[in-house]
Amino acid sequence: MSAETRRSHMPNEDTFKQRLQRRNLRGGVWSRFFSLSLIIAILALFALFFNIVNQAFGYAASVSDVNITELTPSGDLGTLSNDELVAILTQYQERRLAVYIRDNLSRVDNSVYSTLPISESLTGSNIPEALATLSAGQLTTENRAALLVNNLSQDQLIDLVQSDVIGEDILEAWSLSDSLFNKEMIDATVAEEYPEARLYFRSWLSFDFLTSPGSSDPIQAGIRTALLGTIWVVGITILFAFPIGVGAAIYLEEYAVQNRLNRLIETNIRNLAGVPSIIYGLLGLAILVRSLSGVTGGRTILSAGLTLALLILPVIIINSQEALRAVPSSIREASLGLGATKWQTIWKQVLPSAMPGVLTGTILALSRAVGETAPLVVIGASTFIVSDPSGPLSQFTALPIQIYQWTARPQAEYRDIAAAAIIVLMVLLLSLNATAIILRQRFRKSLQG
Amino acid sequence: MQSQIEAGRESGIINDAVATRRAQTTLFKKPHLGEDAIRAFLFFCGLLSIFTTIGILFVLGQESLLFFTSGVVDIGEFISGIKWQPQVGEFGILPLLQSTLMTSFMAMLVALPLGLGAAIYLAEYAPPRVRSGFKPILEVLAGIPTVVYGYFALTFMTPLLRSIFGQDAVQIYNTASAGLVMGIMILPTIASMSEDALSAVPRALREASYGLGATKFETITKVILPAALSGILAATIIGISRAVGETMIVALAAGAGSNFTFPPNFFVAAETMTGHIARISGGDISYDSIDYNSLFAIGLTLFFITFGLNLLSQWISRRFREVYQ
Repeated sequence: MSAETRRSHMPNEDTFKQRLQRRNLRGGVWSRFFSLSLIIAILALFALFFNIVNQAFGYAASVSDVNITELTPSGDLGTLSNDELVAILTQYQERRLAVYIRDNLSRVDNSVYSTLPISESLTGSNIPEALATLSAGQLTTENRAALLVNNLSQDQLIDLVQSDVIGEDILEAWSLSDSLFNKEMIDATVAEEYPEARLYFRSWLSFDFLTSPGSSDPIQAGIRTALLGTIWVVGITILFAFPIGVGAAIYLEEYAVQNRLNRLIETNIRNLAGVPSIIYGLLGLAILVRSLSGVTGGRTILSAGLTLALLILPVIIINSQEALRAVPSSIREASLGLGATKWQTIWKQVLPSAMPGVLTGTILALSRAVGETAPLVVIGASTFIVSDPSGPLSQFTALPIQIYQWTARPQAEYRDIAAAAIIVLMVLLLSLNATAIILRQRFRKSLQG
Repeated sequence: MQSQIEAGRESGIINDAVATRRAQTTLFKKPHLGEDAIRAFLFFCGLLSIFTTIGILFVLGQESLLFFTSGVVDIGEFISGIKWQPQVGEFGILPLLQSTLMTSFMAMLVALPLGLGAAIYLAEYAPPRVRSGFKPILEVLAGIPTVVYGYFALTFMTPLLRSIFGQDAVQIYNTASAGLVMGIMILPTIASMSEDALSAVPRALREASYGLGATKFETITKVILPAALSGILAATIIGISRAVGETMIVALAAGAGSNFTFPPNFFVAAETMTGHIARISGGDISYDSIDYNSLFAIGLTLFFITFGLNLLSQWISRRFREVYQ
């Protein structure tokens, strides 16, 4: 009887085949879903990159106060000499010549500028002897023009002509996809709504964009200040985080015995790696910016660098620990056996073999610091800074902060320059990551060989 | 003369021997000052992480204490209030917490199925070449700064949602857009952690399952997934923790101003806890105001939530880990 019941559970061949087919079908459908989810992830990545490139390039309709061809028939200001450029400035902006001299050449404070003779207020500039004793207010237009011709570079003069004489103003900018596939619509819009405008293909990412400081005008704005700020901040971060992080990793891997304190340190580091970055921002705000403002100067590069150092410290420690663990213990034993002390063994044997791994981990942590925005927003990286940072105690802005602020503005042109800034940031990050990957592969090879 | 030299040599030899023995004893007893100093420095480096934690707890605790003892708000109102309006002295965290939970929920709705699906595909189906080609793509996705995702949410996802559901139904700033993009951001984390967990399941289990006549899909759902469950759960919780603490996406795409909606409306603007901290501290804020202190009370809440989630994740992966030999 028991044999028969068992048999009745077994399906006959036809039902078995049917069921098997159904089972395989179900598996097939699900495997499609599994591969589909990977494809969706990749599509998202493409959409992200496409969206950025789409915004960073495209046609723009602009109007100018003065048409460039009226100034120079060739349409290129670079062909004009300094004399001709200053003549243009004198023609259109005669009243502002004094301001140009003060902004570009003054070496003294604005409060005393107008009273001092220009030989003192403009020290270092090339000043004709006849004018040396005059004060800035006593100069004639011809004197001012001569000073500008002699002391400003052609690039500086071109910038002034661009911003103050031509005074370009973007009326509307189109995305790259519209520019490529929907040119008729753009032409029609321009003809109908902006008949006086000039339509041209504009790359928001340009050499000027990289080298000009921030500005409230999206056409003039660049990321020079932000890029320098990021370099300074990350420099400070690495200066502190690298030695301390590697030091902690060496302690935990080479010295620490299994006791409660060391286990606590280990768990604590893992937990710190999971703390949201904005909390580090609050820590930096309360301690570095506020309590230690005497040392750090408040909302400065130093505060930001130290905050980010605390943030990436756990990452560097964990990565370095892994690299140290990968060093075979035979190397340590051989070195100790030859009479080297513990530190000699670590310094001369263990660290050199672990270094590529440690560097890879550090670079990856660094690329995280470069893109980190929230802690910098919280400790108050300044909103509008146009002068280059001069040292660890100067106020600053950073590339991700600049992107955040431009994106948060409602005007479309700011979205376009934000996209251009994102491209710069991504190129920076990808090259950092590529370095790390190359380093990792070399390391693997040298271990095998 | 000769004997003198010999005596000298002898004594020299004797002296040498004594010196060697002395050297040995001193070498043995010599305190390694340099080594000890280095060791102390390295220990200090390790200890710094403890100081960081203490610093975080101290700062958040101290400022929160000032906040709760200010007389404007007590802990009960803070936890249960449904209005966050600092201008009129209303400090109820629920609206901020609600939008944090809404964006995190939306993010997990995207990240969990897609991340797990991608992990299963990579671990079980993909040929090795495909696998080694796609892993770097996930790494790139994981390395993109969150401010870039924020830009993506505002300039791509929001217009997309508005064209699907209508301009009137979807506000320019909304939690759905922020949550969906946050899901894309977390996806690689969940995918790569789950993939590690799946790959760690030994081959013998798969082969035993095939040997019993199970199909590939049955092997995955009935054998491999249960075996890797602790790792997958840990990954999920880490994902939630990252979503809760994420700042830049919500700061850019979810909108400003707290908004308590019941039933939850994903298409209206609502500020999350992190978004509020970023907006208020980024502006001009005076240090001794109740606004300033309130940020730390939100920060403390955020810290407890993420810290609890991280501990839970660690506990799960320790407690339920299947150890194979």
